[in-house]
Amino acid sequence: MSTIACPECAAEITLEAGTEVGEIIVCSDCGVDLEITSLEPAAVQLAPMEQEDWGE
Amino acid sequence: MQRRLKIGVLYSRVRVEEKWIFGAMEKRGIDYDRLDDRAIHFDLNDPKPWREYDAVLERSISYNSGLYALRLLNAFGVPTVNTASVAEICGDKLMTSAVLARDGVPQPHNMTAFTPEAALEAIEAFGYPVVLKPVVGSWGRLLAKINDRDAAEAVLEHKSTLGSVQHSVFYIQEYIKKPGRDIRAIVIGNKVLTAMYRMSEHWITNTARGGEGELCPITPEIEELCLRAAKAVGGGVLAVDLVEHPEKGLVVNEINHTMEFHTMQPVSGIDIAGEIVEYVMRIAEGKMQNAE
Repeated sequence: MSTIACPECAAEITLEAGTEVGEIIVCSDCGVDLEITSLEPAAVQLAPMEQEDWGE
Repeated sequence: MQRRLKIGVLYSRVRVEEKWIFGAMEKRGIDYDRLDDRAIHFDLNDPKPWREYDAVLERSISYNSGLYALRLLNAFGVPTVNTASVAEICGDKLMTSAVLARDGVPQPHNMTAFTPEAALEAIEAFGYPVVLKPVVGSWGRLLAKINDRDAAEAVLEHKSTLGSVQHSVFYIQEYIKKPGRDIRAIVIGNKVLTAMYRMSEHWITNTARGGEGELCPITPEIEELCLRAAKAVGGGVLAVDLVEHPEKGLVVNEINHTMEFHTMQPVSGIDIAGEIVEYVMRIAEGKMQNAE
């Protein structure tokens, strides 16, 4: 199981099995949205903020 | 030997819905590509790479990216779910209202104006409260319930001063005293798959705004209304939002063309992702048959 450090607060986050590239996870310590950019090695970046034309 | 169908899935983020869709593709052994709308590009002089797809399922979070991708793909002759025309209509509340009105599908009373002065005149003539909605927007963002003239003047001025050009198309809707819930139904092709009540104490019942889901039986009335609404916008994979109007009965509030269903799938127990994939495959097979 991979772990990554939150780029915002440096908390250690363990990625669940089945996590996919492009998925958004939430840092349980600081609550920021993170996008999985790679699995091997595990890497994340701050997810973009919601934009005006986003939706369903 | 018959060629295997090739599917593209256009997406921005892998939400739980996309995970379920990818899973449904993989379970069926479908040959598909994940197309991140932030990474792809289109060369209009070279549509060949795109024509290798027998169908593309559009799941972009960005309305603009999804819409333009669909326009290009359809121009290249690539079948898409949904079509660019459906996205144009469903992504714009005024366009949706226009086609519902054309087909006589019951909907809330809607008005539109292009200047704050004309919008205020329309609101004053109609009476309060009303709801102002952006024509393009989702997840219940920037909806404003206007209770009196002071609020109307303030919000209209803010929208015209601070908003993008789209906010100067003022979409005004009657405020409906709904019973703390609305109804979302999933329509795929000519079938109403499932329906759910979205409950909230807040006047905005969108589950993206904290509304909770509860299964809603598909009555003949709901089924007929949803199918008429879906037909009006051009059909495909759609979420039809209905409101129980105290005087008019069920009315169609809006229709979403890249719906989220993370609440509906577990509430209904229906494999919505699987049904979407089956529909995409039928569209892809249609293209292959047309080409043969």
